[in-house]
Amino acid sequence: MTWEVVIGLETHTQLATAAKIFSGASTAFGAPPNTQATAVDLALPGVLPVLNRGAVEHAIRFGLAVGGTINARSIFARKNYFYPDLPKGYQISQFEIPVVEGGSITIVTHQGQKVVRLTRAHLEEDAGKSLHDDFHGMSGIDLNRAGTPLLEIVSEPEMRSAAEAVAYAKAMRGLVRWIGISDGNMQEGNFRCDANVSVRPTGAATLGTRCEIKNLNSFRFIEKAIDYEVRRQIELIEDGGSVVQETRLYDPDRDETRSMRSKEDAQDYRYFPDPDLPPLVIEDAWIARIRAELPELPAAMRTRWAAQYGLPAYDAAALTASRELAAYFEEAVAALGESGAHKGSGDAKTLANWVLGEVAANVNRADIEMHEVPVAPAQLARLVERIADATISAKSAKDVFDLMWTGEHGSDVDAIIAQKGLLQISDAAAIESIVEDVVQANAAIVADYKAGRMKAFNSLVGQVMKASRGKANPAQVHAALTRRLAD
Amino acid sequence: MITGTIAELSQALRAKQFSSVELTADVLQRIERAQPVLNAFITTDAEGAIAQARTADSTLRGGDAPPLTGIPIAHKDILMTAGLKTTCGSRMLAQFVAPYDAFVVAGLKAAGTVLIGKTNMDEFAMGSSNETSWFGPVRNPWNTDYVPGGSSGGSAAAVAARLLPATTGTDTGGSIRQPAALTGVCGLKPTYGSCSRYGLVAFASSLDQAGPFARTALDCGLMLNAMSGHDARDSTSLARPREDYTRLLREGARGKPLSGLRIGLPKEYFSEGIDSDVASAMQAMLAQFTELGATMIDLTLPHANLSVPVYYVIAPAEASSNLSRFDGVRYGHRAEHYDGLTDMYKKTRAEGFGDEVKRRILVGTYVLSHGYYDAYYLKAQQVRRLIADDFTRAYEQCDVIMGPTAPTPAFKLGDKFDNPVQMYLNDMFTVAANLTGAPAISIPCGFDNTGVPIGLQIQGNYFSEANLLRVAHHFQQATDWHARTPPHFTPDGPTETLAS
Repeated sequence: MTWEVVIGLETHTQLATAAKIFSGASTAFGAPPNTQATAVDLALPGVLPVLNRGAVEHAIRFGLAVGGTINARSIFARKNYFYPDLPKGYQISQFEIPVVEGGSITIVTHQGQKVVRLTRAHLEEDAGKSLHDDFHGMSGIDLNRAGTPLLEIVSEPEMRSAAEAVAYAKAMRGLVRWIGISDGNMQEGNFRCDANVSVRPTGAATLGTRCEIKNLNSFRFIEKAIDYEVRRQIELIEDGGSVVQETRLYDPDRDETRSMRSKEDAQDYRYFPDPDLPPLVIEDAWIARIRAELPELPAAMRTRWAAQYGLPAYDAAALTASRELAAYFEEAVAALGESGAHKGSGDAKTLANWVLGEVAANVNRADIEMHEVPVAPAQLARLVERIADATISAKSAKDVFDLMWTGEHGSDVDAIIAQKGLLQISDAAAIESIVEDVVQANAAIVADYKAGRMKAFNSLVGQVMKASRGKANPAQVHAALTRRLAD
Repeated sequence: MITGTIAELSQALRAKQFSSVELTADVLQRIERAQPVLNAFITTDAEGAIAQARTADSTLRGGDAPPLTGIPIAHKDILMTAGLKTTCGSRMLAQFVAPYDAFVVAGLKAAGTVLIGKTNMDEFAMGSSNETSWFGPVRNPWNTDYVPGGSSGGSAAAVAARLLPATTGTDTGGSIRQPAALTGVCGLKPTYGSCSRYGLVAFASSLDQAGPFARTALDCGLMLNAMSGHDARDSTSLARPREDYTRLLREGARGKPLSGLRIGLPKEYFSEGIDSDVASAMQAMLAQFTELGATMIDLTLPHANLSVPVYYVIAPAEASSNLSRFDGVRYGHRAEHYDGLTDMYKKTRAEGFGDEVKRRILVGTYVLSHGYYDAYYLKAQQVRRLIADDFTRAYEQCDVIMGPTAPTPAFKLGDKFDNPVQMYLNDMFTVAANLTGAPAISIPCGFDNTGVPIGLQIQGNYFSEANLLRVAHHFQQATDWHARTPPHFTPDGPTETLAS
């Protein structure tokens, strides 16, 4: 029997507001425990929540970015449960009527593009943190995080593999960062996913029983936890058992999911509308203003790039992973052809390769942000042009790029090429002369070649390139050597 | 002994008949003497009060002092007072010192009042007799075998016994008006949202509202002027321009000052189940208002009988959630011995809360729980709307609605303590104003045959406080019920003898 995997994700995205969602305390990460907790965050007697408009604005921005409905009236409810890091004994969250309903996001995997629909997105407050070390049989409570604004984004169960779930999470993280509503920093817990996973026989109409895996805070954990959970469920069913609906935790050290609590143990949260907060009313004018301020979104940019530059979807998706990366590429691609040499889709694709290859690799290695990249986009474009117009070889281009990165020889491509003598040798006579020298000096290899050992040809090409210090035009070398050896 | 209304004392202070320090010292002494009898206070702050009185005296010397300057007041112990214990009448917060001032506390402080202390109350404002306080019951100054009503029993008793001219209370289902009625003073519950709830320890958030106790309608208006106003820290606080609630009280009282006033008399407020002395007092009151020029309109509030059931679903539901923060983790009582987190919660809350609070937390938890929410909480909210619609229709025919504040006068301590339903029925005429959010006042209008007071409730449409005060004021100009003093607490009364 073959199995179909069904995955839905709930994503808790910390909204990038300076103050908390219901108090004026700072949301900055890393402060000493309980220094960013006001009377409201401590839930002292008599305090009341006041909604931060900035958090609402971020939610509206998200709703518009995913093409969802912004509810004109939404309700904050209380989710009641006892836990030491939940100071009020309830969490304020939206339950029956969320701020955003519907919408979708496009994900791109190696299988192509796919639109994943969203159920809803609602505003809520984060809890504090319990610290179980260092307190000798007691727990410490840090309420700095309590009241941090979260947008919980719930997808429809439309992902069909761990890879799609990861692509969704990446696209979602990219989007919330793109529109500036979240830092999306997974280490700091800005972006956490719960995965609802079930399996069913391929072609079945009804969904299997699902398990919810809580608090996945890296793309790798999302993938591994889902893979494990899918295997576990299939094995369970194939062995004649059945999946029990429950909440599970992923243990990265043992690479497995473990039961946290079953449906029977599920708490009754006794949701009811929070009487301290009137319904959240969002006027059309507010939505219109935010819509006008929205930047071009990644999906629109990808479509435009496909039309304008013929850029493949996968490259475009990778380039729109962040607004900074996309802006870098956009600026570079616009500079292509400025020098009048070349312009065409081929160069845009080469440029994309460079941005996703050398630039991205160097950014990772140096652990810097895109805006700190020392190679200006226009200069990268110039470099790609110099490859296209055969001024330099691809190999030399790599050297030029490295020099541009260090900045020791200035940032001008043409100046570096000239200074370092990297101009490609395309002069037929010069190349033929080097070929002649190599043929003369390597009689044994030439003999091997003539005896039918084709590998010997590559060796001779290598010798020519070496003799030219990598500057000879490889195509011309190939042609000249073929001619010379045919003699 | 210096007694008087705010208006009288304010005038005397300005005339330099005595200083605020002298007045304050006198008040403190009176409270100390009455305390063993009435138990109206949980905390007094003599040192702080005298210091504030000194400041008030210098403000008064400077001239141009606000009307409440130097007037001693006390707050119900559910309002946060920076540096003073705020216990809510509960063991849970018996040692809790408030780190900030409630909005209404700050307002009255800014107005120049002198804070004497904190008054006793039913635990977390849950009760109609002031018998649920961790600090013991408050007694009715008119007859110390009787309850003063609740939950703001201490605030009501303190004004009734002439310990000081005015106090604050909070009213969730009648907790200002019912004790005002049972002790023979004025108590006003303003329109929901008029007085910020910031710093009012929540019982039922959609119903809670702070308000004043005083001897006269005028004094209530003066107090409300300082207590009300918009506060950005309370999302349910109304952004309305400040108003002078005493502005309609300066009209002349001659002739028929209330001519044109249409008084609505719901038949549901005058049916059987009302104490016969209360019923007689109502008839006399109506005759008085007719005398003053008002006309009577018979009307009906078809859903009136549902007010108490609706209230006792919604209020406990909200309370069950509001009181969750008292978990022993961050402040307040924590059990001494426990085994793990759950046990800590259980023991802390079992020890920290009294029976009535527990009863309401249980009811509230039940009506919100999965499978019961629709049948109880949601249904109650729907009926709440129907009750509000009744009043909207009524105010198309009349300007104010009158009736008894409570179905009976004060009762004896212990009489209803073990019968919660009987106790809850005390609220039958008061809870509607909390459910709708409209203002209502209780003023004294007579006595029963045992000599304890009877209260008249005047309800009005939203934001009609000034008119309610005007109506009450003219009644008080024509009658002296509000001026009667409990025998043992008259200026020359032998208060001391009660203590023995």
